[in-house]
Amino acid sequence: MSQWPLIAEIAAAVTSGKTTAVEQVEKALKTIADQKEYDAIIATTADRALERAKTIDAKIKNGEAVGRLAGVPFIAKDNYLVFGAETTAASNILRGFNAPYQSTVINRLEAEGAICVAKANLDAFAHGASTENSDFFVTKNPHDTSRVPGGSSGGSAASVVLDMAPFALGSDTGGSIRQPASFVGCVGYKPTYGLTSRSGVVAMASSTDTMGPLTRNVADAAEVLDVYAGPDPLDSTTTPRQAEGYSVTGQKMDLQGVKVGLIKQYMGDGIDEAVKKVVLEAADKLKSRGAIVEEVDLPSLPLALAVYYIIVPAEVSSNLSRYDGQRYGFSAKDATDLESSYVQSRSQGFGVEAKRRIMIGTYVLSSGYYDAYYKKAQTVRTKLINEFAEAFQKYQYLIGPVAPTPAFQIGENADDPLKMYLSDIMTVAANLVGVPSISLPAGTVGKLPVGLQIMAPMNKDRELLLMALAAEEVLA
Amino acid sequence: MAKLTREDVLKLAKLAKLELTPEEIDRLTKDLPSILAYVEQLGEVDTTGLEPTLQVTGLQNVKRPDEVIDYGYQPADLLKNLPAELGGQIRTKRIL
Repeated sequence: MSQWPLIAEIAAAVTSGKTTAVEQVEKALKTIADQKEYDAIIATTADRALERAKTIDAKIKNGEAVGRLAGVPFIAKDNYLVFGAETTAASNILRGFNAPYQSTVINRLEAEGAICVAKANLDAFAHGASTENSDFFVTKNPHDTSRVPGGSSGGSAASVVLDMAPFALGSDTGGSIRQPASFVGCVGYKPTYGLTSRSGVVAMASSTDTMGPLTRNVADAAEVLDVYAGPDPLDSTTTPRQAEGYSVTGQKMDLQGVKVGLIKQYMGDGIDEAVKKVVLEAADKLKSRGAIVEEVDLPSLPLALAVYYIIVPAEVSSNLSRYDGQRYGFSAKDATDLESSYVQSRSQGFGVEAKRRIMIGTYVLSSGYYDAYYKKAQTVRTKLINEFAEAFQKYQYLIGPVAPTPAFQIGENADDPLKMYLSDIMTVAANLVGVPSISLPAGTVGKLPVGLQIMAPMNKDRELLLMALAAEEVLA
Repeated sequence: MAKLTREDVLKLAKLAKLELTPEEIDRLTKDLPSILAYVEQLGEVDTTGLEPTLQVTGLQNVKRPDEVIDYGYQPADLLKNLPAELGGQIRTKRIL
């Protein structure tokens, strides 16, 4: 049983004086300290958090407005630029970096009274599916400490299940919110590409990066998204909100007659039989409430991972070129001239996975290979987009597993990067196509949680959250 | 199928401004060909008549008024992360 009620209820209790923002922050900080053994957290922002909480409490005493998330503590993945602690993206090259400004998502949450209390661990620069690629330490799965929590938002996902805060922020470039949510058993929401500002979040792959919440329930995820979704002058790729907004608190959707496509390609070879069983049972539960669930064929889907591992390293190599040791981050001390300062700072500062992706990206973008790799991948991406559009003509929602297996052992995939990449095989398509997608707890294999993935067409985030709310009720 | 030699790896590293350790060279000479072999399955896909997707929002030429907006950033905060500073400017190693 969680110590945190619904986010809307916490804010109401703080605003009405039943509890204080300081009490909420202290509760979060105490839980973080008590659960240290899981290594979910890189650093707390305790001083700033308590100061902000006191300011909010003082405003309430004076009868001033404090916002709809008043006194609600949260944890940010450490690739969000936040005041009050370093922003490292769990990388050595950013160790010691103090953000001179905050990300738009954080500013919007703070404007409504939410309080960031800590920064969560991740695979360095969000490159990974297990949080083992953190340059600092490996986060443990709360259900079995010999296993990974998934990744790259593994620290954020674990922090929610460890009850450290009512919500955590993650980023999802190819599954980095949904896959850890499935591995630890929480809700993980990847919004439509463009709905959430990327400003002030350490860039991974700019054409697929999205910012989403990890929560205990769908209503909380929707509440948080509603606060920060929407256009941002600091990110010219942001798109308009839906008119009705995203909050679904107190809403209900009838599953009767809702058309759902169960993705055939995700249920075939390569999926763990026990995971498949959980997904099929979830589909049956949706049917029992009147949903029409049919198998849907997306023939190009098995190509999505290959497309992803060309486009994303290409964008990664470009985005990581800014780490040159001159303006911020690690700078090699022994360099004698500018060129050697670039080379040594990057070589000593980046970990092996960042280097691997920079090298792949450099290769697929290099002259002579660009057309065969990068342009081809972008064209197959169009094929995927067309197939999804066709499927959404017939079905309102698409469902499937989130990952082919439950949480794997720490070290199990560490020596084989391709095997690690395969953990993303069921999540990358949503990023390439741009559609919103959610991971919902659907069952367990032994003691390990397994998620159900639900996707909706682009810019139908509200419809997806309502569907998830209904699914959450039947899966419980 | 891309055959990536040790020399190719060193050339790529040079393009990316990376200096690899002997262990990293060994590892990447092994890893990169297997990753590239996996992504090369796309070569066989028929994409006749399809255009590449550069981005999914469909937005084009997003503009804003050409005016200064004060976001409250302080020069001192922006400078505090500099590895080396000289009179409020970025100081680098010598170029020549």
